[in-house]
Formats: sequence, C-alpha cells, structure tokens
Amino acid sequence: MSDIDLPPPVRTDLTAPYWDRLQEGVLTYQRCRQCGHAWLPARTECPACLHDQVDWVPASGRAHVVSWVVFHMAYHKAFERRLPYNVAIIELEEGPRLISNVLGLDDPNGLQIDQPVLLRIEREGDFALPRFVPA
Amino acid sequence: MRGKAVIAGVGHTAFGKLEGRSTISLNAQAIGRALADAGIDKDQVDGLFVKAPTSRFEMMYAQKLAEALGMMPRIGGVWDHGGASNISMISYAAMAIEAGQCEVAVVCLADNPATGSRHAYEKSWGDDDVFGWFGTPAGYAMIAQRHMAQFGTTRDQLGAIVTACRGHGATNPNAQLRKPLTLEQYRQSRLIVAPLTRDDCCLVSDGGAAVVVMSAQRARQLQVDKPVFILGFGQGQTSWEVVQRPVLTETAAAVSAQTAFRMAGLAPKDIDVAQLYDCFSIVPLITLEDYGFCKKGQGGAFVAGGRLEIGGELPLNTAGGLLSETGMPGLQMVIEGVRQMRGEAVNQVTGARTCVVSNQGGIMHTHSTLILGQ
Repeated sequence: MSDIDLPPPVRTDLTAPYWDRLQEGVLTYQRCRQCGHAWLPARTECPACLHDQVDWVPASGRAHVVSWVVFHMAYHKAFERRLPYNVAIIELEEGPRLISNVLGLDDPNGLQIDQPVLLRIEREGDFALPRFVPA
Repeated sequence: MRGKAVIAGVGHTAFGKLEGRSTISLNAQAIGRALADAGIDKDQVDGLFVKAPTSRFEMMYAQKLAEALGMMPRIGGVWDHGGASNISMISYAAMAIEAGQCEVAVVCLADNPATGSRHAYEKSWGDDDVFGWFGTPAGYAMIAQRHMAQFGTTRDQLGAIVTACRGHGATNPNAQLRKPLTLEQYRQSRLIVAPLTRDDCCLVSDGGAAVVVMSAQRARQLQVDKPVFILGFGQGQTSWEVVQRPVLTETAAAVSAQTAFRMAGLAPKDIDVAQLYDCFSIVPLITLEDYGFCKKGQGGAFVAGGRLEIGGELPLNTAGGLLSETGMPGLQMVIEGVRQMRGEAVNQVTGARTCVVSNQGGIMHTHSTLILGQ
C-alpha cells in the first residue's frame, strides 16, 4: 500500500503529537499522569478518572488482533484497486486499541482472533501510518 | 407499573421508496392512522415523543411536527439514541402518564433515506478512513467475526435468521421486500464486508410509524378496542465504539432485558413471540443470548432448526423485520408486537399471549426492551 490518494487524517492540535511521532518512526499512546490509564485515540480528559494531565508514551509495537473484517466493496475510490483488503481492531500490549490493517498475508482473511502482531510503520503521502504484520 | 399503561392504537405509512415525502408528512400520516386506530381525536393527545429522523437531524424537530399536527403538547420532544429511541420513548411516555405529566401520548418516527437526505448514513468514520474503515456494516461485521471465531458460530446459522425473517416478510402485504430466501440462495449472497453479505444487511426505507400510549384505566373509559398491555420495559447503553468495546460479543441488551423481565415478572421461557431488531443478521443472535434465551456463545445453535419460524418454539420478526418488512429504525417492530397480541397479525402465532420487542441503536451502542401482553 503506497498510494498517496488515501483520505488523509485531519491533523489537529490534539492529534499532532501522534502523527509527528509516527513520522519519526514511533507509535505513541496517551497515558494519564494521575491514574496511569492508557488509551487511544487522543482525548483531552482521561476516560477513567477525568484528569486532564496526560502524556504521550511510546508503544513497544507488540500487539494482538481483537477482530477483523475484509472489505469486498470500496466506499472510497482510493480503495477500489486494493479490494479485497482487511481492517483489524488491534490491541497494543499496553492496552490502547486502534483501527489498522494487517499486511504480509497471502489471504487478507488469513487471521485469527488474539493472534500476535508487530508494528510496521508505513509512509502514505504526508502521513506515516501504524500498520501491523503477523508476529 | 406492570400493566398500568397500554398501547391503544398503532399506525404506519407505506414502506419503501416514497418519493417527495418529507418526514413531517410521513409522521403526520402515521399519527393520523394511529389515532384513528385508537378511536380518539388529536385534541386528546397531550404528550408527543418523536424519534430524531436518522436521515437528517433538525433542531426543534418535535416542535415543527407539533405545529404540522396543530398540537400543543404538555410534554415531549425529540429523543436520540438511535433505533433504541422508540421503545425508550414508549417507556418515558408510560412514566410521564404515571407521574401525571400527560394523559395520552403519541410516540412516532419517520425516516426518508431511500429518496430523501442520506446525511446520517454517510460512511466516513473520520481519521480511520485512511485504513479503509468505512460504513455501518463493517462495525457489525467486526462483532460477527469475533463471535464466529470465539464460539464457532457459522454463516448457515446467521442464514437461519435471515431466511426466517425473509419468509415472514414474503407473506406480509405491507412488506417492502416480499421475496423469500432459501439457505442455498443465502450462501450465494454477495460479500459486502466479510463475514457479512448483502442479505445480512437490512433494507433502506422511507416510512413512518406511530403508537398511542395511555393508562389502562383511560383506555377502559374511552372504550378502546383491544388495548395491549405494557408489562415491562428497560434500557441499557454499551456506549463504547466497537473498536474500544472491551468485549465485542456482549451488549447492554442484557441489562435492558433484566430490567424489563423483572418489571414484567416474566422470564424468557414465558415469551411466545419475539420481534428483535435485525438491522444485521448477527444482532438478533446476540440479543437472544443477552436476553437469556440461551447461554452466551450458544445463539448459533439456538436459532437453527426452524425454532424462529412460524410453528417453531420462538417465532421471530413475524412481519419480516428490518430485513424484509422495512428497514426503518424500529417502531414497526412494536406495531407487529401489538398485532400479535391483538391476534391480528398476518403471520399470527396461535395462542400468543406475550411478546418481547427489542430496539437498538448505533452499532449495538444502545438498547431498549419492551414486553407486551394481552
């Protein structure tokens, strides 16, 4: 996957640290300074204790698949020639979850729940995206 | 409050593509028919509870509707937690009547995504678009995949739900899709977002529906023909987006059903017929588990073998559901429950005295349960 016509994320003050660190090759998540709860995507308050002092922390890149689907229809032109492709819910070993793609499979459906995966950051236009490969 | 409130009248528009009809017009027609069914005049209505149209959100929509109806309700407004709103509003209406805040309430919905605005059916999920993550079916497919992988649920078991609903809709003259589906045809259905196919997804429909709620005592005074008793209701909110939901295969339908069954003094074994929100085939299966009709993970086995068909142990969606009657978000399921309790349904379940109805919204974010009885 290396097209530059993908629908890009919207870079905001809240999400800029996330995208900037990915450009540097590091996936980060947010962690509450008060209670230690960890999460993605970016928020201004901790959903566990509502504290508003949060840090961006580097992830190890070790994760597992919670579930996945395979798209057989394109909702956006950029994905027409990628069909069929998978989208997975990934849970980092630190706890936060994100939507991503699992690459490096002969069959995009060739996954199992709870399967271990590893981070692989890929450049797409102006963004670096956190994708995963089987561990 | 068990049995203190009744549904005194029901009404709906045609279902399908209704070119040129506003949601105000669809609501007005459905309400007019529900009032006629109850045998009351609109001037007797003092509560108006309106589901936000899914197709397009409008500020002060309930006031626009009240104006179109020439009504000045004492209580009401728009409620929005997706498809669960209908049954939630019926419960708020019943509680408002019990608390002396109104006497006769109308609960209604209208939607026109087939020919009108599709604003709320837009497919983007924001920043995750870049990964190709789009649309509502994908969220349900994530849940279905996890259920299938964890519990061994099969495509054929999802097919048992679809073929039952399609079979029931085929004999319903009001249904938008009157085309039965065999399991063999279901197996050939086109993949949309695997593991879900076109036939696992509900219809997109224009239409309106309305019900009249009043106290049982008031219904007796007004000599309402065949009032249907509200035995129990409950709600629950799963809240988390699918991505963040700690357990994908369990929903707040469980807490919603516990509340409703406790209020009714009934258990799943006491239910004769079920109208369970079927926007996607996986939803009734998980609802049956969460409601306690079977254990978690055993929904696949439960729905197989004809149990959900007319003549089976628990006939499901006897007018066709969202998969066949109309894809409108939910109030039509309550109307079919009322018809079953009156003994007037097209696919009448012989001797049915209790009916459970589920409504849900978002991607199993919200849930409401209604238990009806004779």
